[in-house]
Amino acid sequence: MSALEVEPGAAPESGLVTTDTLDNFDEMSCSLEEIKNENDATQEEETNDNTINEQFDDNGVNDNEFVNADEEFELNKEWIGKSKHVFVLSMAGKPIYSRYGNEDKLAWLFGVMQTLVSFTQSSDDCIQSIQAGNTRFVFLVKKPLILVTVSKTRESESQLKMQLHYVFNQITSILTLTRLNKIYEQRQNYDLRRLLSGVERLIDHLLTFSEMESSIMLGAVQCLPLASSVRDTISSAITGACSKIKNLVFAILLANNKLITLVRMKKYCLHPADLHLIFNLVQASESFKNSESWTPLCLPKFDASGFLYGHVSYLSEDCQACLLLLTVERDVFFTLSEAKQKIVEKLRRSNCLEAINESLGNPGESSASAGFVEIRHYLYKCKSTAQFYQPNLSPPYAQSKEPLIEIYKRAHHRLHNVSRPLKLIFERSANEAILAWDTKGFELFVVFEPLIDTSQAIVLIGKLLNWIKKKEERLFHLNAPTF
Amino acid sequence: MKHIVGKVVLLGFQGVGKTALVSRYVEKAFHPQKAPTVGASFFTCKVVKEDHIVTLQIWDTAGQERFKAMAPMFYRNANAALLIFDITSQLSFDSIKMWVQELKGNVEESMMLCVVGNKLDLNDQRQVSREEASAYSKSIDATYLECSAMTDQGVALIFEKLAQGLMRLQGLSSTLKIYEDDIMASSSELEATDIANEETVNVSIGSIAHGNTVNGKCC
Repeated sequence: MSALEVEPGAAPESGLVTTDTLDNFDEMSCSLEEIKNENDATQEEETNDNTINEQFDDNGVNDNEFVNADEEFELNKEWIGKSKHVFVLSMAGKPIYSRYGNEDKLAWLFGVMQTLVSFTQSSDDCIQSIQAGNTRFVFLVKKPLILVTVSKTRESESQLKMQLHYVFNQITSILTLTRLNKIYEQRQNYDLRRLLSGVERLIDHLLTFSEMESSIMLGAVQCLPLASSVRDTISSAITGACSKIKNLVFAILLANNKLITLVRMKKYCLHPADLHLIFNLVQASESFKNSESWTPLCLPKFDASGFLYGHVSYLSEDCQACLLLLTVERDVFFTLSEAKQKIVEKLRRSNCLEAINESLGNPGESSASAGFVEIRHYLYKCKSTAQFYQPNLSPPYAQSKEPLIEIYKRAHHRLHNVSRPLKLIFERSANEAILAWDTKGFELFVVFEPLIDTSQAIVLIGKLLNWIKKKEERLFHLNAPTF
Repeated sequence: MKHIVGKVVLLGFQGVGKTALVSRYVEKAFHPQKAPTVGASFFTCKVVKEDHIVTLQIWDTAGQERFKAMAPMFYRNANAALLIFDITSQLSFDSIKMWVQELKGNVEESMMLCVVGNKLDLNDQRQVSREEASAYSKSIDATYLECSAMTDQGVALIFEKLAQGLMRLQGLSSTLKIYEDDIMASSSELEATDIANEETVNVSIGSIAHGNTVNGKCC
């Protein structure tokens, strides 16, 4: 089918953890201790003597108690019609999050969910999912939380479960898993919302992200197209400014949900799932835009037990790319702030800021403008570097992306169906034809015009892969620079 | 001309308008319903007063409970604390008292305290009376001011008072940086509020437990 020696986008080394399918989502590494031990064997361990005693009051949570009966009915009608609900509760059945509506009013519903889980657990079993008509109820029991989604979308069980894993990781990323566990060890019926105020926004945003973007489904990230020389200059500006800073683990530059570069400490890679959480945090937090920030951040796949500390800032008023410098030290804000200044100066002098802006302003090539008129859209994922590329949306999907996303989700599910995985799918309907292909090195999903025939499709795929190969230096981040 | 560089920390309950206040002053803008601050944001601004230039290095902290354990990192070595509450929320005023206790218990250097009642534009929904707030402020030796970040009423005055307060701190505080000429100040501005040598301030279980402090070594 193709005469390529190496699949497009592949590189000898990757800064991102290679991902294959939906597996190994439970695996988490413990990298923080390792870094600490390695880098400051001499430094004495401090003993933690936290002097803050907190008062416990449950004020501030129950706001809108007063909704009259009419409004409540309206709320219900609208509420029931939502295409996907997501709920998070504690093992004891305490409400933590509901995507729509006020959790307190839904206490009865959380009670039902908790009962279903504990009922199945009592016979040493675990509830997975329930299908009722076109509604799917998917459960994820991940101690100390229970996550449930009620979905009328056509997403598969494993895709929905994946989204629940992401929600769990989002919560972990705010609190760390260690702390989450300890909270419930100490008080089973703790109201976690106290600690998660403001995080609902992040979860809401994450769910929309998982529904509207292909990156979570693919387990990969998209890069901002840049000439490889520009990307290298940016990476070396970062390396130059940061190489002397101890214990800096990752430097990530991103813009518009696309990765510009990732510089890492030797030996450590970033998992795409962690990077998705970072993308989500940056996108959902406008407050980063106005100033430099310093924030604790746990990357659950990297190390769920502790925090990294992040210096977060946008490069400059005239370049809206966001730079994150992640370290294990909690008190080096000013060191990193200085490093950031140096990076920006260097990027300005070497015209990299302009290059970034230019790429951000450019909507990107559609597949038709690249010469593939019969191809409406495609997703190409290189497995070894966990990166993907997609062309700009063009008609008939330019107005509304949902049908396209649905096509991809369906094809992705069939390719990775646990009971019967497929390697190659070609399917034609009245509206479009889809080809999905899973190989050792890449995954490809192509949506064609409906009248295409098989042989034509195969020829086009070969051409497309060659085209991507030719452009790979621009479309992918092929180096995995280290400090 | 003397140049003073002082570290200021903004403390207060979530949603009282800490970020709104500082960005009203620093950026001359008001963004309604902004997303909550994550961690803490850093701002600097200059106030010229008589023969002094006062540079304020402002740490705008997040008000959410989960960030509370991070606060010592920001109030440590601070020369002034702005304790902000929302005049329409008694709860936010009570939270100020808790912060004051924490500061008194943990900060040895003399520090200027300034209590600020924000959201003066919502005066008709006021829950905390001016008398109550001002009596409390007096009892803790703090300046009391009211403002509205939305309408810009009283905002500039707060930062002027801050600058004056810091000028008065000269000689009383070892952490306040004073430079006789301007060049030196700008060259070493970054070290001015060195937050290194920080003791344990990681966000830990200790801060949420029920009185028992737990050794919350996270990383």
